[in-house]
Amino acid sequence: MIRRIEFDQQLDELKTLLREMGKHMEEALALAVQSLQTLDADKAQRVVDNDVQLNAMEEQIMDIGSRLIVTQQPVAKDLRRILVAFRIASDLERMGDLARDVAKVTLRLQGQKLIKPLVDLPRMSDQVRAMVSESIESYLTENTDLAYKMAQDDDQVDHLYSIILQDLFAHLTSDPDTANQAMLLVMVGRYIERIADHATNIGESTVYLVTGHRPDLNQ
Amino acid sequence: MEAIIQIEKLNLYYDTYHALKNVDLDIPEKTVTAFIGPSGCGKSTLLRTLNRMNDMIPATRIEGSVRIGGTEIYGEDVHVEALRKQVGMVFQQPNPFPKSIYDNIAYGPRLHGIKSKSDLDGIVEQSLKQAALWEEVKDYLKRSALSLSGGQQQRLCIARALAVQPDILLMDEATSALDPISTLKIEELVQELKSTYTIVMVTHNMHQAARVSGQTVFFLNGEVVESASTDVLFSTPSDARTEDYISGRFG
Amino acid sequence: MERLNLGDSKRINRRRISDQTLHMIFLACTSIGILVLMALIGTIVMDGIHRLSPDLFTNYPSRIADRAGLKSPIVGTIYLLLLMAPLSFILGVGAAIFLEEYAGRSRWVRLIQLNISTLAGVPSIIYGILGLAIFVRGMNLGRSLLSGVLTMTLLVLPIIIVAAQEALRAVPKNRRDASYALGATKWQTVSKSVLPSAMPGIMTGVILALSRAIGETAPLIMIGALTYVAFLPENLLDSFTVMPIQIFNWISRPSEAFHELAASGIILLLIMLFIMNIAAVWIRNKYSKNI
Repeated sequence: MIRRIEFDQQLDELKTLLREMGKHMEEALALAVQSLQTLDADKAQRVVDNDVQLNAMEEQIMDIGSRLIVTQQPVAKDLRRILVAFRIASDLERMGDLARDVAKVTLRLQGQKLIKPLVDLPRMSDQVRAMVSESIESYLTENTDLAYKMAQDDDQVDHLYSIILQDLFAHLTSDPDTANQAMLLVMVGRYIERIADHATNIGESTVYLVTGHRPDLNQ
Repeated sequence: MEAIIQIEKLNLYYDTYHALKNVDLDIPEKTVTAFIGPSGCGKSTLLRTLNRMNDMIPATRIEGSVRIGGTEIYGEDVHVEALRKQVGMVFQQPNPFPKSIYDNIAYGPRLHGIKSKSDLDGIVEQSLKQAALWEEVKDYLKRSALSLSGGQQQRLCIARALAVQPDILLMDEATSALDPISTLKIEELVQELKSTYTIVMVTHNMHQAARVSGQTVFFLNGEVVESASTDVLFSTPSDARTEDYISGRFG
Repeated sequence: MERLNLGDSKRINRRRISDQTLHMIFLACTSIGILVLMALIGTIVMDGIHRLSPDLFTNYPSRIADRAGLKSPIVGTIYLLLLMAPLSFILGVGAAIFLEEYAGRSRWVRLIQLNISTLAGVPSIIYGILGLAIFVRGMNLGRSLLSGVLTMTLLVLPIIIVAAQEALRAVPKNRRDASYALGATKWQTVSKSVLPSAMPGIMTGVILALSRAIGETAPLIMIGALTYVAFLPENLLDSFTVMPIQIFNWISRPSEAFHELAASGIILLLIMLFIMNIAAVWIRNKYSKNI
């Protein structure tokens, strides 16, 4: 059996980088939501500052991948491995941006008190982090079943999101003074919901990697 | 679309060696089909059954059916000379005759009885134009074909094959002896020719198969492992052996 | 790298000395052959040069040295050549084409092949005996030019067949493939593609075989070519003589004058051989560019 050792090592490196990015992103989300719960500016600032690392890792993946395309002329699954790495990297980068946006809300709310203790948003965030973790896991282990299962969890996230919306809309109309904060919290819900969509994208990428076909898991 | 070449249950033996095993394959008209696979997998052998060049190898035995344009080419009433006029071939090494460029092209038509100078002139010009060589050689038709560069010689060989007006053109690793630029020119030429001819090519260069062909057939140990449209075969092959081979992990 | 390793220079010197010694030995081997040949040619030229005159071409052989010429032997040799050349060419090349292109590789073909190679090495006198038995006596052709031509053709045939086979075999297979792939029959391929490519090689072989033939004496003596012919052969059944026989005859006479004549005859023969060999080389060079 001829093995392309050098090539395979580089492909593994892409995987390792993506695992790192995934871990980074989960931490960023957790930290951002924590900062919001306690309106902790330091934590929020850390999330904002750390985002550059995710961007740098995405660029590293693009570099390795494009070099492999040029030098190794990959076909079939080898090519898909690289294409999928590109996509997942850009999904994770976008997810990082969204976590940063959540943290920025914390910074915007400095000097205010929360209009209500946050319950559903952290729950939603936990759910989404689980999805992110599962999506990365499904990619790393090429487990399409896990990818499909993870995508189904998106429905629960959407459900939570609609509860949060209803709740905050009540605030919007009943108390004009808190309307501004309620708006921002709606946005946070929206950011987290978007992160879940990106997680389903990663699941799609996994399915494409394994089967070569592009499913739509966002249904 | 009706396939111009229909191969059914083809088995070929060299003496006791089973070189082709139960090959079933349809090749549609006016397409480029690439045969890929490791050395000794039978791809060249199959190509050479299509114009019966294997006939010249002693102790070759063939079972099954090969139909071209509906005619069983191994039938008793088939004249191999007529078959080869319909099914031209270009070889791995450019093999012009040590004659002038003109005489090289006119060789085939003369074999088949065309004698008139004006007819031959027309055929020579048309064939050289088809092979994208006319502009380079039109003022040197009396020069020896051996004075041409390797890439030009190969295009001359293509022109020579086209001069007898075949329907099918077989290319047996026709660019493997050429430099990248000449290879590219031939690949471009193949793209142009496919509107008129059915082209079947054997290539060791998988990327060439991917670039040039519409249909790719992967051979292993005398069997057709997978036959599919080229973009499918190179992106999502259905057989793991194909995947291993095209991604360079063949053992 | 630290420094270029210059190795054990003593050892290398020893190797160089043995290299140079062998160089000298091989040079000596070559020189001996060439020197002997030069000496031979030198004595012959010194002996014969003053006998070279137009008379040599116009006079018939004679008992009187001063009137003796080579007219009939020269003409005989040329006739022999002119008749032999097409005959041996057609038979030899035909046989070679059959053996190479048509016969395949059966046991019989291999046996014939072996026989031909062996025949190429059979002493020429054997051919003389054969010619005497078959042509002179068996077919009752007598001691005629025709008998000589047929015998000499037999003699050179194996050489030509082998040379032509080599030349045919040297034609690249892909050139045949190209022809077959255009729908050519076997004969079309052989005649239009293979033979033209092989022709320079075949011609070279034929000329070299013929130049061997004009130096042959033994088989012609065997079939009884005359040593004293004071006329030119008018038809195929006339008697004839050739240059080597006349030379042989003159050499065996006691008189010094005839020895000089023989030497001049040898010079003429050498010139003829030389021209034929040059022609062979010229043909090879002229056409080998295109192969």
